[in-house]
Amino acid sequence: MSPRLRKEVKMNKLKIALSGIIKNNPTFVLVLGMCPTLGTTTSAENGMGMGLATTAVLIMSNLVISLIKNLIPDKVRIPAFIVVIASFVTVIQMLMQAFVPALYASLGVFIPLIVVNCIILGRAEAFASKNSPLDSMLDGVGIGLGFTLSLTVIGSVREILGSGAIFGINLGFSDYTPLIFVLAPGAFLVLGYLMVLFNKLAKK
Amino acid sequence: MKSTLVNMTAVLFVITLVASACVGVVNMITEEPIALAKEAATKAALTEVLPAFDTTEEQTLTIDELPITVYTATKEGSVTGYAVQTMTKQGFNGVVRLMVGFKPDGEVVNVNVLEQSETPGLGTKMADEGNPLLGSIQGQKLENKKLVDGKLAVTKDGGDVDALTAATISSRAYVDAVNRAWMAYKSVATGVEPTDTASGASNPAAVETNEPEAQEGGQNE
Repeated sequence: MSPRLRKEVKMNKLKIALSGIIKNNPTFVLVLGMCPTLGTTTSAENGMGMGLATTAVLIMSNLVISLIKNLIPDKVRIPAFIVVIASFVTVIQMLMQAFVPALYASLGVFIPLIVVNCIILGRAEAFASKNSPLDSMLDGVGIGLGFTLSLTVIGSVREILGSGAIFGINLGFSDYTPLIFVLAPGAFLVLGYLMVLFNKLAKK
Repeated sequence: MKSTLVNMTAVLFVITLVASACVGVVNMITEEPIALAKEAATKAALTEVLPAFDTTEEQTLTIDELPITVYTATKEGSVTGYAVQTMTKQGFNGVVRLMVGFKPDGEVVNVNVLEQSETPGLGTKMADEGNPLLGSIQGQKLENKKLVDGKLAVTKDGGDVDALTAATISSRAYVDAVNRAWMAYKSVATGVEPTDTASGASNPAAVETNEPEAQEGGQNE
């Protein structure tokens, strides 16, 4: 392999990983996984936790699905993917509960929700079932980071506007904040405005 | 790959078999650490709400169809306090679990929120240090509070427990759980039967019989 070609391959790998953050951002561009996005972003910490847990499952499931993609008959691929994803979620839940109980205490409720997160099934179907294991893992990293960043940003905005704090640190004006941003309607408002802003900036 | 009945069945069978084997193995590995972690969490919660102790003895009561666990803490043979793991189903988003510590004479030592899914920034303040709910009962004997029908109540319902701002439902749930803990404490410490004075708000059958106000209180707002 010539040095130039090798550099190009490397660029491509980086591109796969980075495209999940901006070009294929799951929240603001693909608009996938809205249920966990709206539900868990009541604070920056919750948003980030959900994002990281999803990233872990996404990387693992992308890898495994890419490895077994040629063994699965087309007509049963969706049930096969779901079984793989659900197993990973269960395994991660049990491992967290056993070895990092403090983290589990704050994130435990979100873990089972990952099974129904359509980002994971979406990437399994759209990317991992057509690409090599390494590329699929990189795609998982990129999409996972994109999801984590988006959720953290939405969570931060809602927390700042709604409870006058960020990552649980009080900013000193919590008595004057409109509570609606912490409640369900605030989730839609913040998501909508951030989506406009993101797409405006991304187009430039 | 082309799908035929045979290969579809075979592949799905193998995938589910492997997946369940993996989950089973992980379960075997994590079963013991999970049990230990849970035990440690209970122990930590007990230490926070009780005076110094070296052994605990637990017993489970049923009050209003909800299981309430009372831990009797002893040090060198004498009782130093009672910790009650109590719950209510009247939280804004369902179940709220508390650990309430009592001294042997009935004074509330501390309350620890074990589990809640209240609205962040509103009801979640029940778990903050120095919140008005805890401030209203900590270090006091509950029978000396202003009681409504023999029970603790928030100011809005005629009692004197200060509610959290803009979180009346969560505050009522908290008070409901504390009431249940108090009943359990009384029944273990003094042998008083808990049944007739217990809160009926979460129990539809009690509405017609004795406590219509409580039911009303739990629903508006």
